Amino acid sequence: MKKDSIKRTVLVALALCVVCSILVSTAVVVLRPQQDENRRIEQLKNILIAAGLYTQDSEVIGRYNETIRRIMIKLSSGQKAEAEVVAAGLSPERYDIKEAAQKTPSSESIAATDDLAGIKRRPKWINVYLIVDAGQVRGVVLPVFGKGLWSTMYGFIALDIDLKTVSGFSFYEHGETPGLGGEVDNPRWKALWPGKLLYDESNDYRLKVIKGKVDASKPEQKLYMVDGLSGATLTTRGVDNLLRYWLGEKGYAPFFARLRQGEFNEQ
Amino acid sequence: MSSKLRKVLLDPIFNNNPITLQVLGICSALAVTSKLETAIVMSLSVTLVVAFSNLAISAIRDYIPASIRIIVEMTIIASLVIVADQLIRAYFFEISKQLSVYVGLIITNCIIMGRAEAYALKNPPWQSFLDGFGNGLGYSFILISVAFVRELIGSGKLFGMTILAAKNDGGWYQPNGLFLVPASAFFLIGLMIWAFRTAKKEQVEEE
Repeated sequence: MKKDSIKRTVLVALALCVVCSILVSTAVVVLRPQQDENRRIEQLKNILIAAGLYTQDSEVIGRYNETIRRIMIKLSSGQKAEAEVVAAGLSPERYDIKEAAQKTPSSESIAATDDLAGIKRRPKWINVYLIVDAGQVRGVVLPVFGKGLWSTMYGFIALDIDLKTVSGFSFYEHGETPGLGGEVDNPRWKALWPGKLLYDESNDYRLKVIKGKVDASKPEQKLYMVDGLSGATLTTRGVDNLLRYWLGEKGYAPFFARLRQGEFNEQ
Repeated sequence: MSSKLRKVLLDPIFNNNPITLQVLGICSALAVTSKLETAIVMSLSVTLVVAFSNLAISAIRDYIPASIRIIVEMTIIASLVIVADQLIRAYFFEISKQLSVYVGLIITNCIIMGRAEAYALKNPPWQSFLDGFGNGLGYSFILISVAFVRELIGSGKLFGMTILAAKNDGGWYQPNGLFLVPASAFFLIGLMIWAFRTAKKEQVEEE
């Protein structure tokens, strides 16, 4: 057979395709469990970071198991929804809010007037995390997400058990401009959050990310306001809006009501 | 190792560097060099991919029909890159987040295609492997040097460890943000080409 005959060309092409496809699919299949595990640990790590319990990578799983209790809830009612999610054919353990928010059966649309976070659709169910210390619920870690300037930002906010005081806040995924909006990752900015109050005595939402620096001499600002990021007005506004949405009436309010009544206290 | 093989392996580092002389693979040299860690993982991946793609292409060079030569090369390169990408995602997860799309873009890195066309098609497997490895080292040398300067001046760190305490974190050093944007790699690579061609006059292109 001549090297450049049509038959030979087709044969070489076919053989090459078979060899390469076997190589690629073997690599993907063999490495998938390790990759899934990486993503899961990453998630646990971010929960611990928001809760202020993160120490080092090697201790992530141990500390998570010790201190965090995961609960799947239905967002609209705040009820436990573990069984419902399983019935919908999803795994609560490996539930991905990004994926769930895209698919119709597991998501619901948000009315344009309510959509402060700019996300259009949200998952019907969501995992929330209770921080447990010696059998006592000490706080809660909630996933939040919404539009920044360029990207949807995904993060966790941790609250004390009074459900008013922020104890930690951190984004784990965003595509904001490095050096400007990307400064949401700056530890010095994140350190401004713990201790801020979300609601006042009459339970109105008051937290605000302002332009410029907080004037600590004014109690109003000291309690409820956080410095904006300079050069990142739109990212800052995005952070403010997404928190306003998730922590407001349309967000976690039903869950907060049930949590206050002690519905989730049992082990 | 005979002197000829040693030349094949070592020439691409200074005498025939893929970036400074052949001016290939500039894209990734700009994109992933703001930190040493990402630059090293990228260098490692490119070196392995170019070495093994050269080996594979050279091994079957007598069977490759001329009419589909480029497609065959691309298929082999793409498969190796996907395998490298999957390995990085499994074992260097933190770094894979920073490298994001650039690992996939190794496929379009001209160095790999260039070496396959220019060398592997005409030379036996072992030499081709060395040539690929050598070119990978040449690429790595530039990438790592550029990343060293960029990370140090741009954020005052090396491997993420603080060397110059930045003002933002309460130190004295005012980081030069220009070094964090890809354009700065252009200047650095330009300076390196200048240095190379001053030291080795034969690399200067004729007018």
